[in-house]
Amino acid sequence: MSALLACFGLTRRFGGLTAVGDVDLTLEPGQLHAVIGTNGAGKSTLVNLLGGELAASGGRIELAGADITAWPQPRRARAGIGRSYQRTTIFPSFSVFENCRLAAQAAHPRPWAFWESAAGCRVSGPVARDALADAGLEAEAGRSAGTLSHGGQRQLEIAMCLATKPRVLLLDEPLAGMGAEETDRMLQLLERLKPAHAILLVEHDMDAVFRVADRVTVMVNGSIIASGTPAAIRTDPAVQFAYLGAEP
Amino acid sequence: MDLATFLIQCLNAVQYGLLLFLIASGLTLIFGIMGVINLAHGSFYMLGAYLAFSIAPWFGTNFIALLVVGTLLAAVFGALLEWAFFSFLYERDHLQQVLMTYALILVFEETRSLLVGNDVHGVQVPPWLAGTLPLGTLMTYPVYRLFASLACVVVGVALHWLVNRTRLGMMIRAGASNREMVRALGIDIRRLYRIVFAGGVALAALAGMIAAPMTSVYPGMGGQVLIVCFVVVVIGGIGSIGGALVASLLVGVVDTFGKVFFAEYSGVGVYLLMAIVLVWRPEGLMRRRF
Amino acid sequence: MFRWWPLPAVVLLAALPALLTPYTSDLVVQVFVLAVFALSLELLVGMTGLVSLGHAAFYGIGAYVAMLASPAAGAGNLLTLLGASVGAAALYALFVGAFSLRTRGVYFIMVTLAFSQMAYFVFHDTGLAGGSDGLFLGKAPTLGPLDTADRRQFYFLALAALAGTYALLTLLRRSRFGHALAGIRVNEQRMRAAGFATTLYKLAAFVIAGALAGLAGCLLALKDGAVNPELLSWHESGAVLLMIILGGVGHLRGAVIGALAFVLLKELYSTPAVVGEFLAGHWPLTLGLTIIAFVAMLPRGLIGLFERRPR
Repeated sequence: MSALLACFGLTRRFGGLTAVGDVDLTLEPGQLHAVIGTNGAGKSTLVNLLGGELAASGGRIELAGADITAWPQPRRARAGIGRSYQRTTIFPSFSVFENCRLAAQAAHPRPWAFWESAAGCRVSGPVARDALADAGLEAEAGRSAGTLSHGGQRQLEIAMCLATKPRVLLLDEPLAGMGAEETDRMLQLLERLKPAHAILLVEHDMDAVFRVADRVTVMVNGSIIASGTPAAIRTDPAVQFAYLGAEP
Repeated sequence: MDLATFLIQCLNAVQYGLLLFLIASGLTLIFGIMGVINLAHGSFYMLGAYLAFSIAPWFGTNFIALLVVGTLLAAVFGALLEWAFFSFLYERDHLQQVLMTYALILVFEETRSLLVGNDVHGVQVPPWLAGTLPLGTLMTYPVYRLFASLACVVVGVALHWLVNRTRLGMMIRAGASNREMVRALGIDIRRLYRIVFAGGVALAALAGMIAAPMTSVYPGMGGQVLIVCFVVVVIGGIGSIGGALVASLLVGVVDTFGKVFFAEYSGVGVYLLMAIVLVWRPEGLMRRRF
Repeated sequence: MFRWWPLPAVVLLAALPALLTPYTSDLVVQVFVLAVFALSLELLVGMTGLVSLGHAAFYGIGAYVAMLASPAAGAGNLLTLLGASVGAAALYALFVGAFSLRTRGVYFIMVTLAFSQMAYFVFHDTGLAGGSDGLFLGKAPTLGPLDTADRRQFYFLALAALAGTYALLTLLRRSRFGHALAGIRVNEQRMRAAGFATTLYKLAAFVIAGALAGLAGCLLALKDGAVNPELLSWHESGAVLLMIILGGVGHLRGAVIGALAFVLLKELYSTPAVVGEFLAGHWPLTLGLTIIAFVAMLPRGLIGLFERRPR
């Protein structure tokens, strides 16, 4: 199956520091590709590069074959690349529903129609409800987003990502700070999303990663040291060295 | 334009730029380290000039002593002001800081008006700095202007030494690039802020004292210099002293030569410069590097 | 019930001229004009989160263009004047916005200030428009039977402008455009990640705000029959920021209340009968101290006094 999102030789330098160095990665539809690594390995920078928040210092990014390296973030988002953030970036003062509806509005902006009420939008409203249902948040739709539990806010983060109807999902540590039960729920959600999306999952929680990932890539100091199936990565000596610092 | 006039204008540009540098370096540090936008910074320049006018009778021809004493007084005033007023602004949002410091300008202007009046005053150039100096065979140049430039250079070098070679300077540089981290490291941030603020006020006041004999002392001088300093900080990059120097000299050149070539439209030149820099580098030429 | 208060308020205000002296009536019109000016800034600051310190430039340009577009002899056409003022202000806003929106936070504040100074210098130093003396209006414009020289008619014109601006901003606020601006204010990064071209939205808000400020400027020029460069000064920009903070940022009615409070305060502080001869001559001092006390104690503005829920 051909890759939906792919990068070739992707590099990002900050002055003298190479945060991401010569990274090749592909995301296939129906697959979850996990990226793991030690702290400061460049995982979040990679997500920022793929999403368009950061400009690349070198390399190429392709979406369904088209070169999108120079595209700004909003354009990539409209083309189907959605992302969720490591630090929760919901709109706390808006309702849960409005958070999603606003995200969905990006695909149906109609900014000149100032006489039409946003809340009554017949396109973004249903899309938002669907996204909330997918993320399991329909019951909380009317609540103020700031009053959700931490796990609930992480779910909303995903829901907002889904509300833009993406084909590619870039998820930056969605399980951060979650308890066992919430983690379970999130992983089940990811399994449900897999068939229709190409997912990149950056995570620290190894057990979770090995449960849902079809492919795992390990990064250290900005470069890839290993990439393959979960089973292969588990036994890879280079990976063990990177994490444990010693021969097994 | 003949060579002599050109050289004179160059010297004028450098002198103006260096003076701006004194004021702008304080502004950019206060912003870079404390995160406070301070509209009243121009008032410190104005207060320095009026201070020079007020205490001049006691110093006679001892101009250096006047500058030193004036700077110290300004530093004390700055420390008091930080303690009484500015320390409450650190946690507030930009809009509130803008309003509060705008109100401070009103208070300063009216208080000055009450204490010293609204007249334009002159400050005598001390006799040992008066007159002109021949530069080569081409021209002569006012001694005082040379002195002003020299004084600014000396202060600039001292500032560079302070920031790059002392412990205090290290804390200042750290604070300029990462405020939260410095706090987390347990450095007495209150003391650091007070020192930086007092220093900024002192620099601006010193600039006012140095400028007083050249530009005379008048009510609107604070407002005019403030906005030009904002342009300098935008062009140079917030928190960067080096950037403030480069930008000040650039602005000095554009403004001085603009006045020569474009007369009444010259006021616009500096803003056009800013617009051009913004297209190229929206965060200033040298953001956050000393 | 409370949400529909603007309608009876407009009716009340329309009935006022019958009850007021010409001086007070003029003061009320001044409040109307400043309220339009404040509302235009509220769109920028309160709705979009862009703190501009150079908003007076568009106000002043609107005022000056109203003068410059007036024919040398005879009465001009009101619509032409309004169109020219609003258009010129919008154009300068487009220019300033294109450059300043490349910056964020404090840079943005300083850059907007600098661009308004640029406009100030053009009007103050060059001979283009009367220099520091300003310009005077020959004959007030008309539109059919409407003659702006008639103070009564002008009162209703200003009131209509205020009501129209308020209605427009209310609609904008609940529209998709307004919701997008609100999202940009809270978290622009998130909006970009969702697919919004946020810079264009901000630029549009900037231009609309500039246009409305130009409208206020035009009204001011017609009201006073004179304009001077101080209309573009940063004191004016500071004053309008003060108005929206006084009333309460984030509420449309806050802008109107703030304009009213500002005019009242200035009147109060410069009247010897109220504050004594000494303070009246130095009213900026009292005003400055009031601002400091106000921002320190009532950061949410006068509206904050009546609100219980956190915003």
